[in-house]
Amino acid sequence: MIDKHIVNTIIEGLENPFEIVGCADLDAEKIERVSLTYWRDVWRRFKKNKLSYIGLLLLVGVVLLTIFGPLVSGQDFAYMDYAIKNQSPSTAHWFGTDSSGRDIFTRVCIGGRISIVIGLACTAVMFIVGAVLGGIAGYKGGVWDDVIMRIVEIVVSMPYMVIVIILSVSLGRGVFALILAMTLTSWGGTTRLVRGQILQIKNQEFVLASKALGGNSTRIITKHLLPNAMGILMVSITFAIPGFIFSEAALSFLGLGIQPPDTSWGALASSARNVLMFHPLQLFFPCLMIIITMLAFNLIGDGLTDALDPKLRD
Amino acid sequence: MNDNKVLEVKNLRVTFKTYAGLVQAVRGIDFHLNAGETLAIVGESGCGKTVTSKAILRILPSPPSEISKDTQILVDGVDLTNLSDREMIKIRGSKISMIFQDPMTSLNPTMKIGLQIAESIVIHQKKSKAEALLMARDLIEMVGIPNADARLKQYPHEFSGGMRQRVMIAIALACNPKILIADEPTTALDVTIQAQIMKLMKALQKKLSTAIILVTHDLGVVAEVADRIQVMYAGVIVETGLCEDIFYRPKHPYTWALLNSVPRLSTDNKAQLYALAGTPPDLLNPPTGCAFAARCEYCMQICRVQAPEHAQVTEHHRASCWLLHADAPPITNSSVHVKGGATC
Amino acid sequence: MLKEKLIVVDSLSKHFKLGKHTTLKAVDDVSFDIYKGETLGLVGESGCGKTTCGRTIMGLYQASAGNVTYQGKGVHNVSSKEKLALTKKMQIIFQDPYAALNPRMTVGDIICEGIDIHKMYTGEKRAQRTRQLLDLVGLNREHASRFPHEFSGGQRQRIGIARALAVEPEFIVCDEPISALDVSIQAQVVNLMISLQKELQLTYLFIAHDLSMVKHISDRVGVMYLGNMVELTTSDNLFSSPLHPYTQALLSAIPEPDPIYSRQKAHILLEGEIPSPLDVRSGCSFASRCPKVISQCHVLKPALQPVRNGHFVACHLYHHD
Repeated sequence: MIDKHIVNTIIEGLENPFEIVGCADLDAEKIERVSLTYWRDVWRRFKKNKLSYIGLLLLVGVVLLTIFGPLVSGQDFAYMDYAIKNQSPSTAHWFGTDSSGRDIFTRVCIGGRISIVIGLACTAVMFIVGAVLGGIAGYKGGVWDDVIMRIVEIVVSMPYMVIVIILSVSLGRGVFALILAMTLTSWGGTTRLVRGQILQIKNQEFVLASKALGGNSTRIITKHLLPNAMGILMVSITFAIPGFIFSEAALSFLGLGIQPPDTSWGALASSARNVLMFHPLQLFFPCLMIIITMLAFNLIGDGLTDALDPKLRD
Repeated sequence: MNDNKVLEVKNLRVTFKTYAGLVQAVRGIDFHLNAGETLAIVGESGCGKTVTSKAILRILPSPPSEISKDTQILVDGVDLTNLSDREMIKIRGSKISMIFQDPMTSLNPTMKIGLQIAESIVIHQKKSKAEALLMARDLIEMVGIPNADARLKQYPHEFSGGMRQRVMIAIALACNPKILIADEPTTALDVTIQAQIMKLMKALQKKLSTAIILVTHDLGVVAEVADRIQVMYAGVIVETGLCEDIFYRPKHPYTWALLNSVPRLSTDNKAQLYALAGTPPDLLNPPTGCAFAARCEYCMQICRVQAPEHAQVTEHHRASCWLLHADAPPITNSSVHVKGGATC
Repeated sequence: MLKEKLIVVDSLSKHFKLGKHTTLKAVDDVSFDIYKGETLGLVGESGCGKTTCGRTIMGLYQASAGNVTYQGKGVHNVSSKEKLALTKKMQIIFQDPYAALNPRMTVGDIICEGIDIHKMYTGEKRAQRTRQLLDLVGLNREHASRFPHEFSGGQRQRIGIARALAVEPEFIVCDEPISALDVSIQAQVVNLMISLQKELQLTYLFIAHDLSMVKHISDRVGVMYLGNMVELTTSDNLFSSPLHPYTQALLSAIPEPDPIYSRQKAHILLEGEIPSPLDVRSGCSFASRCPKVISQCHVLKPALQPVRNGHFVACHLYHHD
């Protein structure tokens, strides 16, 4: 017999408080918390970061503006009217007009389209080439790894500006040439990043488990390695897009990029340079858009880095 | 056993902020530590044993963690919860020190072993670096590392796991603390190395009369070294008592389960082991009744609605279970099988 | 009773080349058989090569020397078609329930990985099989749509078991399946493994460092030290009359949850650390720590030889030529 010691008073209302009911009727395997997928969890943590959230809203604003801006203003971006050249902002021309009398607001929107599309396209090319080559180098190893990584070393040690200038001169000036010129040397970093990630993940036990179940390389790379490397890649993508937008602006400013009547933020800034002394607002608006976009992407990138960091999870 | 308390913890409550809400990791526990004794805190992962030990040293990251305002942690009559961060640094290492489970990550990989040991001596005892290094050499010898002079100049990666844990012990004992908190000190080590480290800790405790809080899930280790044991489950202490009380006269069904689920060398091959179903409750919403009710085969109606309070079994032995109520059916642990139990 | 040999491991070696002149001999000339329907335990301390041994038997690592045959057919150096067929028969359960499940896949997809690879079921039948497997390992059916990080260690380990069972294997390498789990959860998983073995006539290679659990689940036990098998016998024999000095020390170091007994027990405390497997030694690998070392041990490496029926030991104390 055990000694009985508990003396505290018992809640009333139980018919037979000391009847043994056991635990068989309870579901001990139940999980209380709501189910969250990985990306939903990342989104939850991303939203908690106010600044990054503002960055995201800014970006959405810029994108909407470039898409719907020309519709709202009702102006043609290429229509020249020398009678109204170099006007200051007014109700008819919100950002004023340029030295050829074109509506700057509409041109900033159209230029934004091209700038953003170039940023996205370059990033996509860089990311795909980097993911494929980095994936092969990391997963296959051996000779594959050696050859790919040597090529990467050569590519990243080539002087970027010289290559771009030579290419844009020899290929002519257009969007396609610009994208090719900018991506030709840019995939080295992504390849290294992907390779490093793959090397880390490929020795994890779930990859071994897939191998033990008979999974082939394609399955292991697409189902196990890349999805787990995506987090880090997302961060590098968000930082790469503004980088390309910036490069495009720089090249167009130097006259190596987009040619009239097409335009981009860099090209707009370039043409505003001539009248800078008298009409500084013509330079101000495209630069403002570049700054806002850069800021937005950088805020998002910082937020994503934190949201994806497993050490900062709670 | 003398009743000279070197540490007294009153109503320790620790919460963690998470996306889902407040997780109540430790839910109001009281305990004390006598001078020179070994107190083992036993329980499964997530039961709050490591949080308890870290809360004493106030090394839990805050946020997300928070120690309740009602909590008192008394060392020499001083309440650690009232101390400033600067005052707390003085306590750590000199009065209370801690060794961790993973000896690799607790050592600075870019610093020579000798300097790492000397660092704490320089900080707390105001010795010169040269004096501290001499003391470090003695400490290294004391923890049984051969070639002390050469070893002082080596880096952590040149040490094996067992040797690193010895270095951690040397660092922890450098300032002769009254209290040593050992959080799973041998879990990462192999059985034969574990035996060496436990022997070393016992010998050093005798020599320096340090009180040890041993946090572990390994009942075997506890049986060898503990004077008193407290069993934690879901953030509360469910049973506490002298080593023999817990192993030979356990009163709480959770303690029974812990003891019975370990196969003894005498159990039949491939017989079903005693196993608890399910997993401990999520401390986001701790149950209103007894936390163990959902996994307890002796759960009574009362257990699901009201938490039991501590019942004093003997002077040192307490348990919180409704089975100890006068009206409860007489249920005892039927299957405690012990070899040495006959003598006590 | 004549027992059928399911797996024959014949002088298996696995060496990892770490540099031009350093080779890690993780498994060095190990031979043993695994009989159909039995559990062979494999114990030893970290770095003794037990995990490498299990993975090499599975064909996850290429053997450096020696052979492994499964029902008379080789495991290594076979066509990819034969290899795929073998993966349906031999499966593995991993130690770390956190690293062994892909965090981006749902539990349902994880369990069905083998089913998808071998194109066993699709559509409704696949879903039905998933539910059946979840039932088998005692998880709720709704869990199929959740992600691994939402589960506790014991639940994850059961997901790993369900994944291995999905392809209906005959043989499972259990690579320290319980060492990362809590005591009460260990019993759950071990009970599950024992009942599955009875129900599905499985053969296990059970790798662990927890000797009392190994004794409980195994029919025979092999003890490894630094890449060598030093003792191999039935579980009862090994624990009642261990012969190799290393086995004796290992057994005496088990902390038993019985204070009076364990404080009286005489411990054989081994001095020193496990030597690095990189150092090339002549003679017995245990000689540097052995309390019963004799001069011969430093010179000649003892072979694993029978001392009596079914009790093999590699130690000069028992073999006088």
